[in-house]
Amino acid sequence: MRYFDHVATNPLLPEVLDAMMPYFKEQFGNPLSPYDLGIAAKTAIEDARAQVAALVNAKAGEIVFTSSGAEANNFALKGIALAKQQSGNHIITSKAEHHSIMNTARSLEKLGFVVTYIPVDKYGLVDPKDVEKAIIKDTTVISIIHASSEVGTIEPIKEIAALAKAHNVTLHVDSVAAVGAIPVDVAALGVDLMSMTAHQFYGPKGAGALYIRGGQRILPLIYGGIQENGRRAGTENVPAIVGMGKAAALAKRDLAIRTQHVTRLRDRLIDVIGKVESVHLTGHPHNRLPGHASFVVEYIEGEGMLLMLQAKDIVAASGSACTSKALKASPVLISMGIPSSMAHGSLVFSMGIGNTEEDVEAINEELPKIIRRLREISPFGKSGWGKSEPEATH
Amino acid sequence: MYSKKLMDHFTNPRNVGEIPDADGVGMEGNPTCGDTMKLFIKVHDDRIVDAKFQTFGCGAAIAVSSMITEMAKGKTLSEALTITKESVADALDGLPPQKMHCSNLGADALRKAIEDYRGRLAGAPAAG
Repeated sequence: MRYFDHVATNPLLPEVLDAMMPYFKEQFGNPLSPYDLGIAAKTAIEDARAQVAALVNAKAGEIVFTSSGAEANNFALKGIALAKQQSGNHIITSKAEHHSIMNTARSLEKLGFVVTYIPVDKYGLVDPKDVEKAIIKDTTVISIIHASSEVGTIEPIKEIAALAKAHNVTLHVDSVAAVGAIPVDVAALGVDLMSMTAHQFYGPKGAGALYIRGGQRILPLIYGGIQENGRRAGTENVPAIVGMGKAAALAKRDLAIRTQHVTRLRDRLIDVIGKVESVHLTGHPHNRLPGHASFVVEYIEGEGMLLMLQAKDIVAASGSACTSKALKASPVLISMGIPSSMAHGSLVFSMGIGNTEEDVEAINEELPKIIRRLREISPFGKSGWGKSEPEATH
Repeated sequence: MYSKKLMDHFTNPRNVGEIPDADGVGMEGNPTCGDTMKLFIKVHDDRIVDAKFQTFGCGAAIAVSSMITEMAKGKTLSEALTITKESVADALDGLPPQKMHCSNLGADALRKAIEDYRGRLAGAPAAG
């Protein structure tokens, strides 16, 4: 199988699984237990914490393990909004966020918080000036996605962090798609909180982390015992955390090689597919994730393309309505001003270290044929999209 | 997610294309998910002698379109009007629940094509 859906998840590296195995078996202790078995588990978690911290240039004490990137996002936004509720009830985020920020923001609106959703430009970029304009006296937290898994665009986090600091507002970044894919340095960026997840850098599912700058006050999402310094209760998922640590160490060691490899594959794919008639690259042409190539294909729909690609042993993703359980076109694409008719033809190829040039050539050969075939079936495109725009009833 | 039969109709759709001198044309769309189907029929002696389609939509939408043209061909107009969303879905060995509404446009497009044909016979302006 030619796997091009690394934004969905990555395969586990064998070295990572090896590091995890003892904690599924003989090292099964509870990290809170005072005897050797517990201490070994506790030590393993603290080692992993140092490894994850090193990947983003944080201090170990600033990393809190969670069960996922989504939990880290929920924890950050709710935890800061609630902790700073006495100073204000205004939150700023963007229209290009992942569901785990978007829906958390909506849930906070129901609790009485006021949320401003900053628009993005046609590349999916947030303009820091818009963020600054949105800041009011009551603003307590800004949450911006670091890099979009849907369109690959990398946001100007450093600029946003500088103005958040100037206005004394806490900044959270959702770096789930960025950490492990590009160099990320919390100190250089100047962010206060940052979400990440292990399975985006060849670690296991079930482990995520939130970087919380030292001294930053936050309310827990999960109350209970004193795990994670009282910031996240629940017996730790020791094997997954150990796996995240190992994966972080390998990501730090190999980042440059990995980036170079997937960038070459991405550029080759964009070079060929981007030239197919009525196919448009989505997201920023240069300032994008190294292994990320996303398109909208006019006149046809994404799910059909995915099914035909799969018949050729190629797997990819789409933000089309038909592929989503909600049956709605991707809000991120819509926020970029892409008409919903076109957003239905969304395709996302995300590359990983296991992909080869041969894999990319397979897409470059098969996809144009698939597009041609589906356009033959489509009622649109022959005389221009506008003219055949569906006069849908219902 | 999809049955073998549905995948067959998606991969090798029957009756794709336009009938330039069609006797009736029906267009049906779902504005939420964007699926759109255009169905062309040729009628002789109150019987559908040919049917073709063009569809924008997911695998299910294309398979439904292919299946409805197969089901409609050879039927009298009143027989064709008894085809329902359920009977199309059954003929494809079932549709996933979330596709039942959004991609199952065939029966409605066929009904509109027949209405268009009857409207033309009555001398009313063609619809669809």
